[in-house]
Amino acid sequence: MPESKLKSRIQLPWNSLGLVAVLIVLIIFFGTMSEYFFSAVTFRTLVNQIPALTVIAVGMTFVLLIAGIDLSVGSVMALCAAVMGILVIDHQAPIAVALIGALLMGLACGTANGFVSAKWRIPSFVVTLGMLEIARGGAYLVTNSETKYLGDSVGFIGSPIAGLGVSAALIAAILVVIIAQWVLSKTLFGRYMIAIGTNEEAVRLSGVNPLFWKVLVFALAGLLAGLGGIFQLSYLQSADPNSGIGLELAAIAAVVIGGTSLSGGRGSVVNSFLGVLIIAVMQAGLAQLGVSEPSKRIITGMVIIAAVLFDQFREPLGRFFQRK
Amino acid sequence: MLLRIKKLNKSFVVPVLKNLDFELHEGEVHALLGSNGAGKSTLCNIISGIHTADSGSFEYCGLPYTPNSLQAAEALGICMVMQELNLFPTLSVAENLYFRSMSDRFGIVQHQAIQRRAKKALQTVGLNYIDPAQPLSQLGVGQQQLVEIASVLQRPIRLLILDEPTSALTGPQIDLLFEQIIQLKKQGIGVIYISHRMDEISRIADRVSILRDGELVATKAVADISTDRMVQLMAGDESTSIDMKESIDQSHLPNNSILLKVENLTRRTKNQSGGDSGFENISFNLNAGEVLGIGGLIGSGRTELLRAIFGADQAHKGCIRLASDGFKTRRIMKSPADAISHGIGMLVEDRKSQGLLLSHSVSKNISFAILDSLNKKLGVVDQSAEQDLAESMSKKLSIQCDSMQQPISLLSGGNQQKALLARWLAIDFSILLLDEPSRGVDARAKNQIQALIRELAAMGKAILIVSSETQELLKVSDRIAVMSNGRLAGIFKTTELSEEKLLEASFCFYSSEDNQSKLANARI
Repeated sequence: MPESKLKSRIQLPWNSLGLVAVLIVLIIFFGTMSEYFFSAVTFRTLVNQIPALTVIAVGMTFVLLIAGIDLSVGSVMALCAAVMGILVIDHQAPIAVALIGALLMGLACGTANGFVSAKWRIPSFVVTLGMLEIARGGAYLVTNSETKYLGDSVGFIGSPIAGLGVSAALIAAILVVIIAQWVLSKTLFGRYMIAIGTNEEAVRLSGVNPLFWKVLVFALAGLLAGLGGIFQLSYLQSADPNSGIGLELAAIAAVVIGGTSLSGGRGSVVNSFLGVLIIAVMQAGLAQLGVSEPSKRIITGMVIIAAVLFDQFREPLGRFFQRK
Repeated sequence: MLLRIKKLNKSFVVPVLKNLDFELHEGEVHALLGSNGAGKSTLCNIISGIHTADSGSFEYCGLPYTPNSLQAAEALGICMVMQELNLFPTLSVAENLYFRSMSDRFGIVQHQAIQRRAKKALQTVGLNYIDPAQPLSQLGVGQQQLVEIASVLQRPIRLLILDEPTSALTGPQIDLLFEQIIQLKKQGIGVIYISHRMDEISRIADRVSILRDGELVATKAVADISTDRMVQLMAGDESTSIDMKESIDQSHLPNNSILLKVENLTRRTKNQSGGDSGFENISFNLNAGEVLGIGGLIGSGRTELLRAIFGADQAHKGCIRLASDGFKTRRIMKSPADAISHGIGMLVEDRKSQGLLLSHSVSKNISFAILDSLNKKLGVVDQSAEQDLAESMSKKLSIQCDSMQQPISLLSGGNQQKALLARWLAIDFSILLLDEPSRGVDARAKNQIQALIRELAAMGKAILIVSSETQELLKVSDRIAVMSNGRLAGIFKTTELSEEKLLEASFCFYSSEDNQSKLANARI
């Protein structure tokens, strides 16, 4: 009994440790290749860029866990930022009200995604593809296709706290990661998510209504996209209706690098966060080495495929190491 | 001698086959018997080239033989019909039959030609009324299994491996299959036959090899060994044969305390081929402390009836009434959650696709239906209570596993089934619906499950059980309701029912004024 408990405890972080190892290798590599890599500027760039992607990747992890996909997060993020922008600029709303407005917008989009796809059994790929267009259109509509400049009024979220060196946004994002991982591994909701991703019919036949939980997952993904929008807006200090284009793919890439299965039932929030870090470090490092944008994208693409390939052979590799 | 294997060894991390010797003569039906995990499937997979042996010598038709791929084995005339179907539901029957030879050399499918050939092939397995152009998915599982067998019979075979070929077949279909096997024997073809059904083995096999934990326990002529002895050998020395008679005697019906009334329950749906499926006007009462068996052919509406009572599918007409409110409310269960809240649980027919959560551990599978009651606060699962539940259940049902944290996917079929049963024993139920509870389960686990069913009845629970094995129904049921073509043919006391009578009742609504195709559809 204790032995098997030990085993299960070793097995889980093996994947996390692998990701941490990859991360360390990347940092050492870029550190030796570029003399500027270990600098405050690099650190600040990284820290400012990741909160939005992190919270969106958390939502995406949950969605992939139940064997769904959410393509709309990038657009929903832009729409939420736009809503916050016009609330502050055009309606002189207090920041708190604007924040709540942005979050509610995200929640509404996510709930719509979840309800339509779960209730009428339409693949979430199609529903969220539709929402991708709707939310992007909405973002252009509310902003009149103009970037709204908010200036310093929202900067307190995204800029580093004096003395700490990290922003409130980053701290919030890390809190989201910790809470989400706790929800996944300790709660009923987490258990149901994994079960739905594994065998939805068995869940239904066990007397659990999958509809509610599926809608909840998409609603959360929308809410987190809204939160990501707030982080993005405070970082750019403006609401840009063009922001977040292609962000859904970056989020899916991070989650997949973290080893979450696209077919559902298996995944980890912490590993998704490590996936976000790997992508961010790679982007920053390659930029410092003066790698051109096209080459950067090609390299990023290859890393994603390599990560999935590695994941495919993770279990045999794990057995190999355990036997030793 | 067709096949001779000496000192075969094979390990998957742990040894699965140990120094195994095996021989097969021309024209012999050689049965393989053993619990799940005894090594039967591994042996067959090695013979048919799917896996390669670690060591051992092979001789096939007098020549050394090194099976290293399925294709190589097939080229030598070794074919296997697997337990799980390897067919394409959306392709036509003919395309399935000739999957690898359906096109000309330019890759154009020769529909006319293969359909003509398919007609003949289908005749060999008694499916002459099937249109080869229709999609395979319109056929029943039993018919699909026969298509798979027909497709193998088309090839030039010398050695045929059948892995549980009858698990989805009904009596007449089995008769037909056995006729084919006898034909093969006459042609000198050797057959390796895996089955858990003892009566089939004594009927069709010449010799039987019994495996236990990867070792050959005995090879005997079937005529020289009794079925009891076979079970003993399979189970090993600590064989505990459960005396069913005794447990049945304990269960006298507590004076007519009805738990469930089913009244004119109806659910009729058209299947893709336009035929009716489902059931109509089913009425019966279910008593506390009673096991009510549901007999009938596959496709007679038995599973559909159970699913409607459980709310997995909604009934169209009629209702059920429950003792809990004095039979006042007319109910149609809207969802499984609805049924569970009224104390009804159901073990589903296909455990892999509808029951198991393969990514979860044994304990998480057991606790799943009552997870919301293991909620500490904030939706946190009380893992120690969950562990206690799983351990007490696994003790009660003697589930064999390394630990409760072991992934359920690593357990044998019998132990998976027991874990699913445990899921339902964990809920506060008064009525349990069991759909084929011992399908694909080894003989020992089957005995344990059947004993458990009687035990539950003795505790005052009401059990409704569907089984395609007549023997099982006769063994565990107090009464048997026989369904025929979606209707209730009658309810009989088990003591007054013979196998012949049950079969007769199963057919009674097919042969009347109903059209002939319906008859054919249901029978095969």
